[in-house]
Amino acid sequence: MASVATTRVPGPSSRGARRWLADFRERETWYAYLFILPWIFGFVALTAGPMVASLYFSLTDYGVQQIAGFEKTSYVGLENYRELLDDPRVATSLKNTFVYTVMTVPAKMIVALSLAMILARIAYAAGFFRTVFYLPDLTPPVAIAILILTLFNGSFGVVNRGLELIGIPGPFWTTDPNWIKPSLAIMSVWTVGGTMVIYLAALKAVPRQLYEAAAMDGAGPWRRFFNVTLPMISPALFFTFIVLTIAGLQAFTEAYTAYFGAGSTGAEAPDAALFNVIYLFRQAFEFFNMGFASAMAWVLFAIIMVVTAVQFVVSRRFVFYQGEKR
Amino acid sequence: MSAGAPDNFPTGGAGTVTPRVAPPLLGRVLARRGTRGEGPRFGGVKNAFFILLLTGLSVLAIYPFIWLISASLKPQGDVFDNRLVPTEWQWNYTGDPSSVAGDESLFELPNTPVFTWFLNSVWIGVLAAAAVALSSAIVAFAFAYFRFPGRGVLFALILATMMLPGAVTMIPVYLIWNEIGKFTGEHAWLPHIGVNTQYPLWVGNLFGSAFYIFLMRQFFLGIPRELFEAARIDGDTYWTMFRRIALPLAKPAIIVVLIFEIQSKWFDLMTPLIYLRDTALYTMPLGLKTILDQQGAGGGGEGRWEIIVAGTVVTVLPMIVIFALFQRYFIEGIATEGRKG
Repeated sequence: MASVATTRVPGPSSRGARRWLADFRERETWYAYLFILPWIFGFVALTAGPMVASLYFSLTDYGVQQIAGFEKTSYVGLENYRELLDDPRVATSLKNTFVYTVMTVPAKMIVALSLAMILARIAYAAGFFRTVFYLPDLTPPVAIAILILTLFNGSFGVVNRGLELIGIPGPFWTTDPNWIKPSLAIMSVWTVGGTMVIYLAALKAVPRQLYEAAAMDGAGPWRRFFNVTLPMISPALFFTFIVLTIAGLQAFTEAYTAYFGAGSTGAEAPDAALFNVIYLFRQAFEFFNMGFASAMAWVLFAIIMVVTAVQFVVSRRFVFYQGEKR
Repeated sequence: MSAGAPDNFPTGGAGTVTPRVAPPLLGRVLARRGTRGEGPRFGGVKNAFFILLLTGLSVLAIYPFIWLISASLKPQGDVFDNRLVPTEWQWNYTGDPSSVAGDESLFELPNTPVFTWFLNSVWIGVLAAAAVALSSAIVAFAFAYFRFPGRGVLFALILATMMLPGAVTMIPVYLIWNEIGKFTGEHAWLPHIGVNTQYPLWVGNLFGSAFYIFLMRQFFLGIPRELFEAARIDGDTYWTMFRRIALPLAKPAIIVVLIFEIQSKWFDLMTPLIYLRDTALYTMPLGLKTILDQQGAGGGGEGRWEIIVAGTVVTVLPMIVIFALFQRYFIEGIATEGRKG
């Protein structure tokens, strides 16, 4: 820092100049902190503070009695975390979340990359098709849930009508526990537009001469794909891999809208759609078991950290950054 | 890593009086042909084949929208006939308020103020977007322009908060709003702020948001530093430098932030679900969920799907309109997001 400042004022000469410099630096620092004050306040009040509080609540029996002030909050140690292990629905919700994530992330990446590669090379109408494939990504998740309930309706839905036409008896997507997650995943792949746009941008940034050189060396389309395209767009692939995984592990709105909530199937909602965040949300805001829900949140946080760390370590070998980046 | 960021500024150098202010975000993705992008395009038969394939896939992408619109124009019994052109047309959106109970149109449903929900969502989205764009810009400007101790650490901290799942802070933040609500409820001279008001849906946006701060900082770093130095010599203060120079130049980035945030509020179900109790305060997603719960088969009866589907159309359309108006910014914004990697 100091070196930056000294280069601006030539000659570290007199005391006065130095004092002026110090003053100036102090003022700039002062103003800088004034400018970032909103964020600092938000960080302390809405992120760091709540994190500490959440960790604390996860070690207490904080619940509806305590919110109402009928009982004092008592420290219960790791009791909530032990209960997590005993509650079979926690295991179910975690399993559902993992299955859903594993279904959606690779599928979305493959579909998005295929579309982007075609769009990057067709001779005309690329802009039109890009718009068309992006449109589903503009659909609010609640609306997607309604599309799942209607299009995938076992008896009347258009998906099963279509399957009938080609002679496949469609499953009862929205009521058969085995098919609830696949229908959620299919509609998630439908909203692949954003990922596709990211890949398209990455593909367009690959220097043309790399392909020309590879072609001259006799590399066929597949070699060019694996030895030029994939390494060159690997940062974008890596980025979407991380972001889609984190989003998948926190899936909530579509499944909650379709299968949970006030007037609907609430109590007998299918366990197959019970994602981790849904169970957490219900524990926190429907049953007001704040301590238990806080413990769930920290377990989710730990899982996301571990998964992301593993992705970083494993991907490091495959991600290629061009020299000048950063 | 961000400690080295000012090096991106061209410090000194001659003849840059009118610097290139072309936003670094724009123009790269949309660039048609150049020295980048995979070699020769498809030709002849191959091209025709892929156009055909994409056309087929486009049908899959668009079909649900068409289905929604046509289903919303059918009578109750016909919704699941899956015809794209209704055999019998029925306008389910507005209509005779004196119609039989259980047979009202979407905007006439009892205790279901759909139009209010729509306006609530628009209002909250605009307010939240304006708040987060301004606050993020101010913070981002500080990280791009000022040199101050702790900058690297703080910026890393901002990026780190992007990884944090919302579930971790959700409960304590709710309890904070609950306390604020109790306090403002007890003191009549204060405006009522807290749980079961709309404030929790946007007030947090006044403090900036990690991703937007990152995006705007990248943008500000692209503005030549001489521009600011010259302004300082002309007597500009830090604030007027931000207001007069940085903010106007960052217009494209600000539009990206605005539309992204409006979209995120238009999509959000969980926050309204946590904070809003009174039906009149609901936003469109929570309203649509309510319509689904009340009019769907789960709410008793056989399910008025023509109404649910009409509500879905009303929820889906605004985003498509915004996209139609600002397509370039959507695409560029998302492409920039990807370059973060």
